[in-house]
Amino acid sequence: MAKDEITKGYKLVGTRPNRPDGLDKVTGRARYGADFSLPGMLWAAVVRSPHAHAKIKRIDATKALALDGVKAVVTRADLPTGLEGEDLNLQENTLAGEKALYDGHAVAAVAATSALLAQDAARLIEVEYEVIPHVTDVDAAMQPGAPVIREGAADYSVPEGMHPNVVRHMEFGHGDVVAGFAAADIVREETYKTEATHQGYIEPHACVGQMGEDGRGEMWVCTQGHWYIRRMCAAVLGIEAANLRVTPSEIGGGFGGKTTIFMEPLALALSKKAGGRPVKLVMSRAEVLRATGPTASASMDVKIGMKKDGTVTAGQVMFRMQGGAFVGMSPIGEALPCAFACYDIPALKHEAVEVLTNRPKAAAYRAPGSPMAAFAVESLMDEMCRELGLDPIDVRLKNAAKEGSKSSYGPVYNRIGLVETLEAAKAHPNYAIPLGPNQGRGVASGFWFNHGGETSVSLAIGEDGTVQVSIGTPDIGGSRASIALMTAETLGIPYENVRVNVVETGALGVNEPTHGSRATFASGKAAVEAARQAIKEMCRRAAAEWEIEPEAVEWKDGAAQPAGPNAGKFPPMTIAEIGAKMGGTGGPISGHHETNAGGVGASFGTHVVDVEVDPETGRTTVLRYLVVQDAGTAIHPAYVEGQYQGGAAQGIGWALNEEYVYGADGRLQNTVFLDYRIPVASDLPMIDTVIVEVPNPGHPYGVRGVGETGITPPLPALAGAVAAAAGVRLRSLPMSPPKVLAAIKAARQA
Amino acid sequence: MRYHTPTSFQEAARLAAASGGLLRYLAGGTDVLVQMRAGMVQPDELIDLKHIPGVFDISRNADGGWRIGVAVPGRVLGAHEALCGDWPGVVEGMNLVGSTQVQGRATLTGNLCNGSPAADSVPGLVAAGATVTITGPDGSREVPVEAIPTGPGRTVLKKGELISAITLPPRGAHGGDAYLRFIPRTEMDIAVVGAAVNVTLDGDRIAKARVALGAVAPTVLLVEAAAKAIVGSTLDEAALDRLAAASSAAAKPISDKRGTVEFRVDVVGVLARRAAKIAYDRAKGMSK
Amino acid sequence: MKKVHVTTTVNGDPVEFLADPRETLLDCLRNHLDLTGTKEGCGTGDCGACSVTLDGTLVCSCLVLGVEAEGKKVETIEGMASEGELHPLQRQFIEHAALQCGFCTPGILVAAKSLLEQNPDPSESEIRFWLAGNLCRCTGYDKIVRAVQDAAAEMRGAA
Repeated sequence: MAKDEITKGYKLVGTRPNRPDGLDKVTGRARYGADFSLPGMLWAAVVRSPHAHAKIKRIDATKALALDGVKAVVTRADLPTGLEGEDLNLQENTLAGEKALYDGHAVAAVAATSALLAQDAARLIEVEYEVIPHVTDVDAAMQPGAPVIREGAADYSVPEGMHPNVVRHMEFGHGDVVAGFAAADIVREETYKTEATHQGYIEPHACVGQMGEDGRGEMWVCTQGHWYIRRMCAAVLGIEAANLRVTPSEIGGGFGGKTTIFMEPLALALSKKAGGRPVKLVMSRAEVLRATGPTASASMDVKIGMKKDGTVTAGQVMFRMQGGAFVGMSPIGEALPCAFACYDIPALKHEAVEVLTNRPKAAAYRAPGSPMAAFAVESLMDEMCRELGLDPIDVRLKNAAKEGSKSSYGPVYNRIGLVETLEAAKAHPNYAIPLGPNQGRGVASGFWFNHGGETSVSLAIGEDGTVQVSIGTPDIGGSRASIALMTAETLGIPYENVRVNVVETGALGVNEPTHGSRATFASGKAAVEAARQAIKEMCRRAAAEWEIEPEAVEWKDGAAQPAGPNAGKFPPMTIAEIGAKMGGTGGPISGHHETNAGGVGASFGTHVVDVEVDPETGRTTVLRYLVVQDAGTAIHPAYVEGQYQGGAAQGIGWALNEEYVYGADGRLQNTVFLDYRIPVASDLPMIDTVIVEVPNPGHPYGVRGVGETGITPPLPALAGAVAAAAGVRLRSLPMSPPKVLAAIKAARQA
Repeated sequence: MRYHTPTSFQEAARLAAASGGLLRYLAGGTDVLVQMRAGMVQPDELIDLKHIPGVFDISRNADGGWRIGVAVPGRVLGAHEALCGDWPGVVEGMNLVGSTQVQGRATLTGNLCNGSPAADSVPGLVAAGATVTITGPDGSREVPVEAIPTGPGRTVLKKGELISAITLPPRGAHGGDAYLRFIPRTEMDIAVVGAAVNVTLDGDRIAKARVALGAVAPTVLLVEAAAKAIVGSTLDEAALDRLAAASSAAAKPISDKRGTVEFRVDVVGVLARRAAKIAYDRAKGMSK
Repeated sequence: MKKVHVTTTVNGDPVEFLADPRETLLDCLRNHLDLTGTKEGCGTGDCGACSVTLDGTLVCSCLVLGVEAEGKKVETIEGMASEGELHPLQRQFIEHAALQCGFCTPGILVAAKSLLEQNPDPSESEIRFWLAGNLCRCTGYDKIVRAVQDAAAEMRGAA
């Protein structure tokens, strides 16, 4: 695809119209995962392991099945055997086989005529466990003598002599780090740790599944990607993908956590066993926290060499991450490339290992791996800036990656906007506000790649000239509005005349989920291409009627027009006129576009935060917060700001109070929102935003995905602010009050 | 589960005494419904007390004290100006329980009977010297609030017994109370530590004091040594230091998901100090 | 388990249903009355997605039993717009982009309406503390607070 000329002066792109789904969502009409019901529907409940690691000796459902109204029970014995790789992982996580691998691991499921009856029946299913030793900490799981979670799970990449729980190893880099460190004025090396956090979407996983004895089925489900649901359910149940039709509901948040399956095959398997009656399965919050994708926890060594003027001469990281009891779930493959992505550094060495623990199967969480990496690298950068008395923004500007820089992970950057975010942060009034006692300011930058991915979009012109766009990426944060804006801009018609629908798996080619900050980028790009295809056809229809060459017709202001004086004198033929008579001019007019969307543009951001720390209790209050991020082009600026603010809020939660707390018994201690402490309204100030626009040359309107970068800088920015306010550097997240107070006391005693 | 709606405490007590299975009382429901939802409790009998006349009333007694019905929710308590004027510390403790939504339902009596050492309303009640009326099959008796909890989730109430009212003593002149708790967020958490202080002044000097601490022992503690540390003082720095030290010394907490032993011991002293200052200012009429 | 016949009023309409006494008001609204606008995010009173008013008092419907609704008046999100006219809060939420996924939105709107009925001119801090029991994971609350402020101003006639 030819690169588009980037021009400003759009009519619709950059405006803030009301989102098309707004009315449904403020009136309670929007249908989310648990809002679907069908005639004859049953309700399901899941039996979960109360042990972190246990052999399953026996499952007896006799008493449950004896209850009137109980229709089916499913255990692993009901699922096909012989799966491999990630398919086996998915099946193993859907229902435990020989062993329960974590607290909350599903062991059996039951369907009955009411939700309460299903729960009663679940309590009557007897499971005999043999509890075996467990390990939940990433560093402990690598120690000699740590219980082996899966014998022989390590792949070829793991060097000899490591614990069997170490299952993957990665390394890459460039330049001579030994020489780089030798050239530095100071070299510092520290270890940082982050605890696992949960995506914390407010809508628990929910689905209704129906499957007959013939293996044909349907599913209604809250998901970020219904083709993934289809593929994964098909694999776990041994059915053909095309025989399962999956319709996405409105989705109550995902943040990466709804890009995979956790319990969906159970609804289908129960339905099949119950004679094809539809089955509704809705998780409780405790099930969500115990058994769906948190992110990884990490233990990270960082070494940086810096000259007195702030020039970074070399960097080196060693990351240890656990993503639960399943191979391939920790984001080491993303964390490493993100670690130094903001900087142009002559010598870098990256190394990481993935470690198995008795924790749930991790899922993607907003910029997977990048927040941890940023916490480690940006924190050490900050420590060194403070040691050398250098302004943290100046140091970042000095080392910033820009167009033409070779990125830390290999490719040379196209046009990127990190420098512009740093300059805007430095110029912002927040950066100059004087601070009081016990207050401190922190700065950090962050990065996320953005992803293109498999995308299929179709567009059709209506008889009245309005346009429907069918997309396959569920809308989580307003992408229907942004895609409608781009489509309307391209067609030269009003925003209100474009309706964008997220359609089911039967209606389009395969689409990857709404992940990787790709929905507005990739579905938007495909929608523009589909619109261009339709425009070409509409011009052809006009040309045929005018009896001129199609090349002599151009599309302008929502109408076909003769191109130049030599094309003849015809009044413009509007899209409404073309639509009205298309039945007689060759039939329906549509456009479609299928692609592995290329041209992704990385998005960089810089955050500035001010905090106050109570020196007597260790409690941190966020006083003000600034997000500056490059959006490429902000199609709908209000929803771009929303992504910035939401990412910052999640990062603040991760930095200060969110964590998975495991007891000595390996059980998750905080399974409710009371103790899994996501920020509440009174915890946060207004979150100031600056949208930097350095258009992405790879997108027709210059879009960069904006969804994920915003969660990466808050972790190190908060750590720097706390260090400035309280005089103590926390290298372990969260910076909960007990940890901060202990650090303050230790510093006083030292 | 059977659901009962008795119209007198005697009837409720009889129902409870006759019950053979697991029984729970329902007032605000903000604890029992959560426990049912989590599968921790599957009651056979649920006795809803809200159909008993008077349970929503707040009334002033002849001696100037207050009688508070068992179903009065936090929001109603917080909107009662005269009660807030007398016992702001008691009311602010209750008003810290849960969200606005929870305040629409949660009650002092429920918070007490849930038996949590971290219950936010209990230290204030204990510091105030509040009592409760226990009604059982054999009649009623009056018991100090601090005698109700016997350990986490446990109370002194016997089968067939329930609390039928809470009584706050007369405030009297030159008195003030306050409650503070520590939580990591600004709202929605269970207290990591809590401290309530109630003082009566004679001029600038503290004539009487009661100090109660939450979440630092299996039950809310009434700490006489902490009260002694400030009685006779004008709440000068030395008195505050003694108060903090006595409070920390009395704390016998555990480490759990919400905080460490060391943190709780330290912060309970900090909060006792801060609460004492507020109570003192209120007694002096310098603040609300 | 014997079910209980419950007669109550929801959004001004008389309704009746049969409830297992263990079912919450939230369960009954969603599963017996098909009023699925009220959401369950936690079931433990920590997220506010199930906010409704019960005889005018803001509550979490997950912390109220269905049988307790007997003879009461329940108001849900479905009753917030009157005769096709959006409540100013509903309109301001759309215009401010104060929702992303929208799942917490019904609960927040019901809670914010309850706030403005008692306090027509709340400060930012009052709004934040009133809504502290309504979790939103998408927005960081900024646009929600602004939408409530502007709706309040509009309702006071100040806008």
